[in-house]
Amino acid sequence: MRIRLPERLSLIDLVLWALRIAIVVGVTAGTVATLAEGTLQATDWRDLLVYGIAQGSVYALLALGYTLVYGVLFMINFAHGDVFMAGAMTAFFVADYFGETGFMNANPIVALAVIFAVSMLTSMIVAIVLERIAYRPLRRAPRLVPLITAIGASLFIANSVRGLFGERIQSYPRVDILQGRIDVLGIPVLKTQALVIVSAIILMLALYYFVERTRTGRAMRAVSEDKDTASLMGIDVDRIIVTTFAIGGLLAGAAGILYALVFNQVHWFMGFLPGIKAFTAAVLGGIGNIAGAMLGGLSLGILESVGPYLLLSGFNVSSPNQLRDVVAFTVLVLVLVFRPNGILGASEGDK
Amino acid sequence: MQKHLRWTSVLAVTLLALAACTPGGQSSASTAASAGASTGEDPAAVCAADEFGCVEVGEGDNIVIASALTISGDTAFLGNDSNFGIEVGMQDRPEIAGHEAELVKQDAGCGEAEDGQTAAQAIVADPSVVAVIGTSCSRTAVPAMPVLAAAGYTMISPSNTAPSLTNPDTADYGGQFYARTAYNDKVQGAAVAKFACEELQVTSAATIHDGSPYAEQLQQVFADEFAAQCGGTITAQEAINVGDTDMRPVLQTIAAGSPEFLFYPVFDPEGPLITLQSQEVPGLEDTILAGADGIKDQGFIDAAGELAEELGMYFSGPDLNFGTAYTDDFLPKYREISGEENPIAPYHAHGYDAYNIIADAVEAVGLTDADGTLWIPRTALNEYIRGLTDFAGLTGTLTCDEFGDCGSEEVSVAQLQAGVFTEVWTTRDQ
Repeated sequence: MRIRLPERLSLIDLVLWALRIAIVVGVTAGTVATLAEGTLQATDWRDLLVYGIAQGSVYALLALGYTLVYGVLFMINFAHGDVFMAGAMTAFFVADYFGETGFMNANPIVALAVIFAVSMLTSMIVAIVLERIAYRPLRRAPRLVPLITAIGASLFIANSVRGLFGERIQSYPRVDILQGRIDVLGIPVLKTQALVIVSAIILMLALYYFVERTRTGRAMRAVSEDKDTASLMGIDVDRIIVTTFAIGGLLAGAAGILYALVFNQVHWFMGFLPGIKAFTAAVLGGIGNIAGAMLGGLSLGILESVGPYLLLSGFNVSSPNQLRDVVAFTVLVLVLVFRPNGILGASEGDK
Repeated sequence: MQKHLRWTSVLAVTLLALAACTPGGQSSASTAASAGASTGEDPAAVCAADEFGCVEVGEGDNIVIASALTISGDTAFLGNDSNFGIEVGMQDRPEIAGHEAELVKQDAGCGEAEDGQTAAQAIVADPSVVAVIGTSCSRTAVPAMPVLAAAGYTMISPSNTAPSLTNPDTADYGGQFYARTAYNDKVQGAAVAKFACEELQVTSAATIHDGSPYAEQLQQVFADEFAAQCGGTITAQEAINVGDTDMRPVLQTIAAGSPEFLFYPVFDPEGPLITLQSQEVPGLEDTILAGADGIKDQGFIDAAGELAEELGMYFSGPDLNFGTAYTDDFLPKYREISGEENPIAPYHAHGYDAYNIIADAVEAVGLTDADGTLWIPRTALNEYIRGLTDFAGLTGTLTCDEFGDCGSEEVSVAQLQAGVFTEVWTTRDQ
């Protein structure tokens, strides 16, 4: 392609370069104008950044679920957002019970551990059942089929929870030890957000260790490389796929509780938007790439939090925060224009 | 790249297909086919002359009234509350012109404008529906009205308050077939500004809206009035999206202006989230919080009631001091029908009045022929409702103006006390 049509290539190149320059100019102008206004202090920007990292950590945990499944099956598990919701919704009843009996604030560490465990296990079971019932029978079907099934499964899980638990918004009890701020390297960070960031880091390190250092992790990588060859090498492909879904589910369940602790509210439809955002994060970072999912999640979170005000306020755009999705998705489009496989994604040719 | 493109297009097509799965319905206004009227005017002639024909209610058949309110999801309290009010009305007045009244409930939603259109299409597909009570949210009324008006169905809203719905200079204008028993937010916005100026004596304020006609216009009226009435400064007019959960960035930017008063007339669950997260943003600790009728409901109490009570957050809404007919007669029936101890939202009495206005209109314009069939000409019914004068309703004495505003204009401000909205200020005393 490159060799055969050089004249066309130069035109595209020209457009891309013009686009690059326009972006740099636009971003610089917006940033400089906003900073020149000086409405927000340095501490405000710092806080915005921390909010972004916290939100981004939740996206990253969810994005890992998308990316892991994509890595082994090359399918987008659109029901992943609902796996996340199912864990948080189920654990709500435990949390509510702990809240009412006073156990939550008497033994906060134990209570939180139990809530985390319930949510993670629920999400894991939902993910495993999902794989067994909805995806495994379609393993050899054309790629469109599992995609449609995933959307159907997403609606099914969401509406099952709606039917089981009702459609009211449920409020998680407030945990006293998580109120207020804590000093991290001299920066006052909300305790809930500190918990989110720390938990996300621990879980991601654990995942990294698991994938890179254990036998099962190696098998997962082998399956992701080539299912047929892996199975010839004596790897039980079905087992590895179930394991992948289980890990994705565990991470989603943890993300569900972190989300619930930060926002206090859970409801049957809460999985949809974070699911879409996490999918976006996975694509942004390079789908199929574990480090990419983490990077994509954090980038998206920070972009949403800092981006709109930083880039748009300087142009006198009113209510810039309303445009956070516009900013975030514009960046996604631009990243895909210049790096079609995401920030860390390997190019198709490398496969 | 190719792969991504393919997945994206697949997703887009799927979403489009889902979106297209709305019930299609064609309007079919009844036409008069009967002859042999005996009393007064000849129904056949009247119906033939009426642009939209008549609703035909055979002897022993029910008079069908549809409600198009939000009855699922986060805003369901608002719509269910109005439905309970209508049901109390039906209990008080089970028969209209000798026919039993029947309520058909459609879900018009709140967050998605399209849901209003879907509900309207389902309603006009049923020619037996006499009139519509709805919608709950101004956003859903906008796309519902063209569908209803094209079929000659009159809609009375118990809780739409956006000024644009009764302003012919805007694209949202509801038109001839629209009326409401709720007040216009020009009234509510001015009242909140007055409360902020005179009662709280604050001099700076910020607002947040969610892009809906209701929230955007209400905060704008408030901002204009706040500046006009006492020269107050608006430090920021921010906006969020429906479905947003992380309000801290928007609150952080608002905190930079240090407003004394923060007004966010949005809905659940965004309203409770703003309240909960406001305390986590440095600089807003001393800011007085206020919401409006969109979050003055049980959903808010469940989600953030405790904190709102602690903070003394204010909620504007219709003044519910409707007198003893309300407290001694209406409320006990409401409790019995709803099973709730306290009204779950502010617009139940407005639903009650909307039902009675429709019932009055049917009795005034309906014609019964020799077979006992009741013929209700749609245009005449609409003209009766839009020409309503001095209707003695539960919410006050109602008269419709030329654009369809019929509501009583008393506004109150409430605070949560022991988990119940308690009015602390009302325009009635001013």
